[in-house]
Amino acid sequence: MRAVVTVNGEAVKAAGMTVLHYLEREGYDPGRVVVEHNFKILSRGDLDNTVLQENDQVEILCFVGGG
Amino acid sequence: MIGKEELEKAFDARFPETVRKKLQAARVAVAGLGGLGSNIAVMLTRCGVGHLFLVDFDVVDMTNLNRQAYRLPHLGRPKTEAIREILAEINPYVEVETLCVRVTGENAAELFGEFPIVCEAFDKPENKAMLISTILKSCPGTTVISGNGMAGYGEANGIRTARKLSRLYVCGDGVTEASPGVGLLAPRVAVCAGHQANQAVRLILGEE
Repeated sequence: MRAVVTVNGEAVKAAGMTVLHYLEREGYDPGRVVVEHNFKILSRGDLDNTVLQENDQVEILCFVGGG
Repeated sequence: MIGKEELEKAFDARFPETVRKKLQAARVAVAGLGGLGSNIAVMLTRCGVGHLFLVDFDVVDMTNLNRQAYRLPHLGRPKTEAIREILAEINPYVEVETLCVRVTGENAAELFGEFPIVCEAFDKPENKAMLISTILKSCPGTTVISGNGMAGYGEANGIRTARKLSRLYVCGDGVTEASPGVGLLAPRVAVCAGHQANQAVRLILGEE
């Protein structure tokens, strides 16, 4: 069992995964999201280098086309 | 030609003088001058925002006329040049700085870092995410107001403003994407642009 991380306010079992792996597992396109991890924005390159730890706080914002 | 003071006096005098002065002292950047950005620029000019920095690499195309502020005589001209002309016909005393360049992850922080408010008005989701991530990461004094989800002709009331992060407001319905079968139309694009412009005004006037 993976330990719990809070993503967009909900507890999910994701500790130990990289942010990129989590995004892919959940079906997000990593090019279309803004990710805040423990109140710091992750750059595209950070997604693969950041491993989720127990009690981390993550916000994932997904963007759609049109403007 | 109508003078600056005369035009200032015509600003809605029901507001206290401080409101006009705060707006006049404000500096707002707009990234992208399509359906969102061109309409945001027009609205902020009408509000009397004193300094605008407007960035887009593109030229006006016939397919822009269904929702963007441009008109037939602007076809083929850079959007930065066309918008400058449109804004000058509304209020020639707003300082308008334009740059015809493509915004990238490499130049975004340098372009926008000195602005307290940046309206994200790109079309492609990858560009939206790139701009927002870059600014929030590298420009600590900048708040971003983004447009996200305004395609089609669903209920206008589905478009909202939400403070998603401490320095990020997102306007839109969050889901309705321009895609095959669902295009962009003037009303919802203008509603979303109005949300973004209004949030910019709110921040200028000290509201959250």
